[in-house]
Amino acid sequence: MKTLEELAQIRDRMKNKVALREGTGEIRVVVGMATCGIAAGARPVLNALVEQVAEQNLGDRVTVTQTGCIGMCRFEPIVEVFEGDKERVTYVKVKPEMVPEIVKEHLIGGKPVTKYTIGAVEG
Amino acid sequence: MKELSLNILDITQNSIRAEATLIEILLDETETTLTITIRDNGYGMSEAFLKTVVDPFSTTRTTRKVGMGIPLLKLAAEQTGGSLSIRSVERSVDPEHCGTEITATFDKTHLDFTPLGDVVSTITLLIRGSAETDFVFRHTLPDRTVELDTRELRQVLGEEVPLDEYEVLAWIRDMLTEQYAAEA
Repeated sequence: MKTLEELAQIRDRMKNKVALREGTGEIRVVVGMATCGIAAGARPVLNALVEQVAEQNLGDRVTVTQTGCIGMCRFEPIVEVFEGDKERVTYVKVKPEMVPEIVKEHLIGGKPVTKYTIGAVEG
Repeated sequence: MKELSLNILDITQNSIRAEATLIEILLDETETTLTITIRDNGYGMSEAFLKTVVDPFSTTRTTRKVGMGIPLLKLAAEQTGGSLSIRSVERSVDPEHCGTEITATFDKTHLDFTPLGDVVSTITLLIRGSAETDFVFRHTLPDRTVELDTRELRQVLGEEVPLDEYEVLAWIRDMLTEQYAAEA
């Protein structure tokens, strides 16, 4: 049974970690969560990203955020990866099954999964 | 939308955009009916704007502010014989009592009723996306009530630990899932 005591334990455990983490996060992963994104299936994609980033302990380097309409509704669900000065990478028609590969190859390995990007799908 | 919980996720983002500090998501279910109420204390809408929100084709829009979110929920309600209504008070009219309340009613026995789906995902993602906002979620079912009030959680967590920490969100997810699964 989930109790408020348990939540207090999480608080005590997290207190120091949260302070440490502030100001980091070199990689920003953005998921389009407007009506178009949600209708196309963005919710499970966002869930999968959040879970994978936590499971792989990438929380210090990677932040996953949600945004509104990216403006290319027919390509939703869209996931964009921003990293420093590098060119942004836009993944389109993303399915939850693609997420582990994107996390492993791109967020950990540094190599975008080209076959899922907008260039590959459009071309 | 394949699930009404996706409509709720979509509609509630309007409340977040309207700078609401408190958003209530209330689901009232009987054996045959469902009522969804989303109530916020955001900056509200003018009467003229309200009309365009319900029917996006009634006017030429000049901004991206009016979307398909509310029409889609209205359609989902009406195709079961239910309805959607909106009440709104603009901040400029009454800053003390401003906000918007959307109510949608459904006939669960209708062939075209869309299932609620994964409500827990919707609630956790809303909190994750707007950890500064307070959320009250209450789902009244014939045999139980599933509840969450982030103001209570915030009291336990204090200043240092935000609601959008992964472990906190996992706790919220499990706490809601347990309430749904518990023996009545």
